[in-house]
Amino acid sequence: MSETETNAQSRIADIVKNNDVVLFMKGTALFPQCGFSSRAVAILDRLGATYETVDVLQDPEIRQGIKEYSDWPTVPQLYIKGEFVGGSDIMMEMYQNGELQQMVGAEA
Amino acid sequence: MPMPASEIERMIKDGIPGAEVTIRDLAGDGDHYAARVVSASFAGMSRIRQHQAVYAALGGRVGSELHALQLETAVPNGE
Repeated sequence: MSETETNAQSRIADIVKNNDVVLFMKGTALFPQCGFSSRAVAILDRLGATYETVDVLQDPEIRQGIKEYSDWPTVPQLYIKGEFVGGSDIMMEMYQNGELQQMVGAEA
Repeated sequence: MPMPASEIERMIKDGIPGAEVTIRDLAGDGDHYAARVVSASFAGMSRIRQHQAVYAALGGRVGSELHALQLETAVPNGE
């Protein structure tokens, strides 16, 4: 692994560790730049969750690194309490069956 | 470079033998698909692992050539 890659992995690890609910996405919560990211934000808002977002479009190192961090090829990616939860499809499934509400609500 | 639905279906079936694959072209542009993959091999796997198995079958194309693949996975007979 190159120095840049190692650096990206440790930056991501810090972000995930320091934020209970964090969404890596394209764009911002206010202005999502992709339909999947937009859907992920809408789900979190609907749940009334408190969350941080990281705009991968502003940070090429994280944009590439996040895929390796979770072995997951796409963005958005949701992490709760340090654990990778999934992308927007899994978020939608877990939203519909109430699981996500429990995970997000439990940290309040 | 868009991928035809038949190619996506073939790759998933090659990677996950016996899987039942349904592809929908969401926007009619050959670039935004929804796939439902049902396989007995998913039993006991977390959702993340199930999706990773499909991504693996598609050999790194998801997130590059294949921008948008809405994915749903399941075990036969509604788990």
